[in-house]
Amino acid sequence: MSRSDVLVDADWAEAHIGDPHVVIVEVDEDTSAYDKGHIPTAVKIDWKKDLQDPVRRDFVDKTGFEALLSERGISNDDTVLLYGGNNNWFAAYAYWYFRLYGHDKVLLLDGGRKKWELDSRELSTDVPERPRTSYTAREQDASLRALRDEVIDSIGKRNLVDVRSPDEFTGRLLAPAHLPQEQAQRAGHIPTARNVPWSKAANEDGTFRSDDELRRLYEGEAGLDFGKDTIAYCRIGERSAHTWFVLHELLGLPHVKNYDGSWTEYGSLVGVPIELGEAR
Amino acid sequence: MTSDGCGAPAGGVSAPATAGSQAVVEGRVTRDGTAVATGYARLLGTGDEFVAEVPLGEDGGFRFFAAPGSWTLRVLAPGGLRAERSVQADYGQVTKVDVTI
Repeated sequence: MSRSDVLVDADWAEAHIGDPHVVIVEVDEDTSAYDKGHIPTAVKIDWKKDLQDPVRRDFVDKTGFEALLSERGISNDDTVLLYGGNNNWFAAYAYWYFRLYGHDKVLLLDGGRKKWELDSRELSTDVPERPRTSYTAREQDASLRALRDEVIDSIGKRNLVDVRSPDEFTGRLLAPAHLPQEQAQRAGHIPTARNVPWSKAANEDGTFRSDDELRRLYEGEAGLDFGKDTIAYCRIGERSAHTWFVLHELLGLPHVKNYDGSWTEYGSLVGVPIELGEAR
Repeated sequence: MTSDGCGAPAGGVSAPATAGSQAVVEGRVTRDGTAVATGYARLLGTGDEFVAEVPLGEDGGFRFFAAPGSWTLRVLAPGGLRAERSVQADYGQVTKVDVTI
């Protein structure tokens, strides 16, 4: 798999507006962004309402994912182009779901909503009507998702990549600075984790850095051993989906998992080891 | 705003009118006296380290929950417009930064 198989630019997206085989999907944390204007023909997925289980702390299961895509008019044969705000955090998170549930033809728009807006490209408030489909998902691909016990067992053995900001990593903040400082019970990071903030993988306009720059960043500067399995985590699993996309989809590392429980789970567990301060 | 626990989030459940125990940095972006509703505010730490980014609101507004210390605020808007300001934040304070681009 190469970069062009998973990532497209805004010109490509513009050329495929109205393509019957391409469904453009906006995924956002702030879902009112879609209502104010979106890429013409795009449908909306609400990160919280559509992708999270309403009761258990987990994301939508296979049946729920099938119901969601059927209702949005997405079929198994469609190419799905995802984009969103926050430098594509939630679009990358949704991309990870599509891969987890076995949808192969999925793409991410480089730069997401931000680059589209900064380029002053067309936004529409028309909500498309897509006929209902009967979408069938595959069973969740467990090779892409890390759960807490596996994370604890990986301390000192696998690459653990903490993609939060340095202030969250060292324990100065508990959440990104655009959110109130709440969430996990304890601050800090998982012992032996390296801190490579997701933002280092992106340019200021939200596009991804080049493969060479990315390789230098993770292997050279952060000292990740690309021969080892890797687990990425952040606070709630969306920024780490961005880094999972970089490592697994752009750089093609074979064994990379996203730990979606991330710091809100780990930092609230009783009895697990935590480190404060810089990486050791 | 989300909360994973039973307790109310620090600062209350609605957008804070006061800082409470938070170190708030907020303001508005305008151009020729008009709010810039399409654009982004980025908060950067030492050495231009990225900390957070928010899209500007309808009124050109933005808000960050930072930690005490010095930060750089950078604004990006269509047409290659950008601006930068230095900001000091502290717990219990709302630091106002209005930016003209």
